[in-house]
Amino acid sequence: MLGWELPPHNSGGLGVACYQLCKTLAKKGADIEFVLPYSAQHDAQFMKITAAHPQGITEIIKSGIAYDSYKYVYADGTEEWMDIFSQQHAYEHAVGKLVENREFDVIHAHDWLTFRAAIRAKEKLGIPLFVHVHSVERDRAGGESGNPLVREIEYNAMMMADGIIAVSQLTKESIVHDYGIPADKISVVHNSIDVSDAEPLDGENTYHYLTAMKQHGYRVVTNVGRLTIQKGLPNLLRAAKEVVLREPKTLFLLVGAGEQYHELIELAADLGIGKNVILTGFLRGKQWRDAFATADLFVLPSISEPFGLTPLEAIGYGTPVLLSKQSGVSEVLNNALKVDFWDINEMANLITGALRSPSLCEELHANAYREYEQMSWHESAEKLLSLYASHLEGAAV
Amino acid sequence: MKKSIVLYLHVHQPFRVRHYTIFDTGVDHNYFYDESSLQLGNEHILRKVAEKSYLPTNEKLLELIHKHPEFKLSMSMSGTVLEQLEKWAPKVLQSFKDLAATGQVEFVAETYHHSLAFFYSRNEFEIQVQMHREKIQDIFGQTPQVFRNTELAYNNELAKWAEQSGYKAILAEGWDPVLGWRSPNFVYKPPNTDGIKLLVKNYKLSDDIAFRFGDSNWSEWPLTAEKFVHWLEGSGEATNFNLFMDYETFGEHQWSESGIFNFLHHLPQYWLNDDDHSFMSVSEAADSYEAKDELDMPYTVTWADTERDLSAWMGNSIQQNALSAMYGLEDKIISTNDLQLIEDWRKLQTSDHFYYMCTKWFNDGDIHAYFNPYDTPYEAYITFMNAWHDIQFRLVEQGIDV
Repeated sequence: MLGWELPPHNSGGLGVACYQLCKTLAKKGADIEFVLPYSAQHDAQFMKITAAHPQGITEIIKSGIAYDSYKYVYADGTEEWMDIFSQQHAYEHAVGKLVENREFDVIHAHDWLTFRAAIRAKEKLGIPLFVHVHSVERDRAGGESGNPLVREIEYNAMMMADGIIAVSQLTKESIVHDYGIPADKISVVHNSIDVSDAEPLDGENTYHYLTAMKQHGYRVVTNVGRLTIQKGLPNLLRAAKEVVLREPKTLFLLVGAGEQYHELIELAADLGIGKNVILTGFLRGKQWRDAFATADLFVLPSISEPFGLTPLEAIGYGTPVLLSKQSGVSEVLNNALKVDFWDINEMANLITGALRSPSLCEELHANAYREYEQMSWHESAEKLLSLYASHLEGAAV
Repeated sequence: MKKSIVLYLHVHQPFRVRHYTIFDTGVDHNYFYDESSLQLGNEHILRKVAEKSYLPTNEKLLELIHKHPEFKLSMSMSGTVLEQLEKWAPKVLQSFKDLAATGQVEFVAETYHHSLAFFYSRNEFEIQVQMHREKIQDIFGQTPQVFRNTELAYNNELAKWAEQSGYKAILAEGWDPVLGWRSPNFVYKPPNTDGIKLLVKNYKLSDDIAFRFGDSNWSEWPLTAEKFVHWLEGSGEATNFNLFMDYETFGEHQWSESGIFNFLHHLPQYWLNDDDHSFMSVSEAADSYEAKDELDMPYTVTWADTERDLSAWMGNSIQQNALSAMYGLEDKIISTNDLQLIEDWRKLQTSDHFYYMCTKWFNDGDIHAYFNPYDTPYEAYITFMNAWHDIQFRLVEQGIDV
C-alpha cells in the first residue's frame, strides 16, 4: 500500500483513514506493507511500515503541517528542503527501487501524491492497481479546476488503474465529471470511524474561558479543519454574522491552521464579529478533543468534502452537527442538520435554530450517536477485499 | 341482521409551514403560503392531490351511489382541507357537496384544525370541535353524529367526553393488544358509558387496501374485489367490517395504475351479490348493532406506526418542546381577540407539523420520510419554531408580556 501519511504524523483525515482501513484489513488477514515517504515511529504492529528512501538519503523529516515541505538528510550530512513536487518524484523513484525483486498481490495507492509511484510499481510488478481517491484536485481547489499538473497525475493514474475507490458517492461523481472515467470502474467505499479507538475525554475541559462564558449563557459553535479554501470557512463567518445579530451570546471556535488564517481574522473583523470568533491554530490531543466537546454545535461548511471525518468525531465527543450537503459524510449520517455550502442564510437559520433549542441539540445528538455507535470500518474493508479478489482469480490477498 | 361493510374515508391536508427562516421571524407573518415550493406549496399540493385522488374518487363514488342504492360510506374532512378547497379548488369542493347531497354519505365530527388539542387543552379542543361542526353544517347541511379524534387517537376519557357531547358513536383503532380475543368486526361499548358505541378499525383488511394493494411483492398481489369479498365471507362470525383509511388511498397512495379504482368499482357489486350483505354509514352501524362487549382502552391508541400510540407526534423531545411551546401561549393568544393571530396559532396546531419532526427513522422511518416535505425532522422543527417565535413576537408587539 502506498500512502503519504499516518498518525501521529498526519495533517488531517487522510492519515487517519489509511490507518484505520489497514488495521481492519489486517484483522481480516490482509498482509500489508505500507510505504511512506518519510521515516518516523508509528504505533501500527498490524502491518509493516517502510520508508521509501531515495538512494543516499539517511533520513527524511516531515515538517508537520499540511502538504508541506520535507527535509532530506544526505549520507554526507548535508540537508535539503524539498517541495511537494520534488518530494513526490523522489518517492516515485524510491518506490520503483523498493518493489524490485519483491512479490505483491495488489498495489493500493492513496491520493494523488502516491499515484506516480503507483504507476511505476505497476509497470514493474504487472499486478492489479487500485487507486484510492480521498479527494480530487477540484475538491482541494475549492471548486476551481486546480493545478493542471495534479489533474494530469490524477487522470493518468485513474486511466492506468484496474479499479478506482472513491470515499463517497460525491467523490465518485466528481471523478466521472472531471475525468470522464466510466462510473462502473469506480467503487464507493465510505470512510468510517472505529468507536473504540476514540481517545476518551478527561474530567476538565481545557477551554476554561469558554466554559466560563457558557455559564453566562454563551453558546459555542465549532469547526475543526484546515483553514483552506476547500473548507468553506468564509461562508461560516458570514452566517455567523447573522447568528450573532440574533443571538449575540454566540462564540465561534475555529481549530486548525492554513493559508486562510489571516484572511479569516480580517473577515471576522470586517463583519463586526471579531470578538465572537476564536482561532486556535493547529491542535492535537486533549486540546483538539476538548474543542469538539465544548461545542454546542459542530459545523462542517465545506465547499467540497470528499468524506469529512471531523463531524463523526464531534458526535463521539457529544456534539450535534450541521453538515454541508457537499460532503461524503452526509451520505452516511442521517441525524444531522444539512445545508448547501453556498446558502449562507440557511446556514444562519439552522445554526440559530439549534442554538435556541437545547432540546433540538439533545435529540439531534442522541440519534446521531446511535448511528455513530453502529459505524465501523468492517463493511468498507469487506468491500475492498472483495474488490481485490475480483481482480485476483484464485490468488491469496 | 345484515352483515355490513362500514367504509370510512378521512380527507385532510395541513397548512404546511413554508421555508420560514430567522430572516422572516419578526418581519413577515405569512407562514403558510409559498407557491414557489413543490414540497411546501400548499396550493400546489392540494391541486395535485385533487387531480390524482379527490376528483377521480368522487366521480367513482358518485357513480357507485347512483348504481347501488345500498352503497353508503362515511367521511371526515378536516377544516383545514375544507378551507383549502374553498380557496383553491371550489369545483372539487362541489364534487364533495354532490356526494353529500345523495344522502348516502355521512360526515363525521373531528377538530377543525386536525389537532391533538384533546391532550393539551380541553377548552381549545372543544372550540375546534365546535368550529368543525359549524363548518360541516355550513357546507354539507349535515350535523355530525359520530366523532373521530385526530389520528384516531382514542382513550376511555375521550369516549366519555363524546357521549356527554351527544355523539352516538366514536371511532378507534382495532389494535390486537387492546382487543385481546375480540374481533374488530363487531360494535363495542366504552367502559362507564350508557349508550355510545365504539367502532374499531379492522386494520388488517383496511391496510390490505390502503398499504399493500399496489405492492407486487405481497403474496396476495394482485388483490381483486372478488378475492377481498371472499375473505370477508370467510372470516367467521361478524356483523360489520370497519374499513377505515385515508381518502388519499385512492389515486395518491395507491396510484390509479395500481388498479385501485377498478377495485373500488367492483367492491359493491361483489359484496351486494348476497342479499344478507349491505353497506352502512357509521351511525347506521351504531344504530343497527348491539354492543358485543365492553372494550377498555385506558391508554391512548392511534392508527399510526407499529406502536399505535402518540409517539409519532410527541415521542421525542423536539416534538414535546414544540407542542408545549404552542399550547403554552394559549391564554395569551386568546386574550388578544386578534382573530388572525388566533387562527395562525390554530393552524400551527395541526398534527402533521409534529409528525414531520418524528425521528423514528428505523422501522417506521420509511413511511415518515415519504410523508415528510422537509429534508429532516430537525429542519421541520427549526422552521416551525421560527414561526412560533414570530407568534411570540406578535404578542410582544401587542404589549403582552411573554
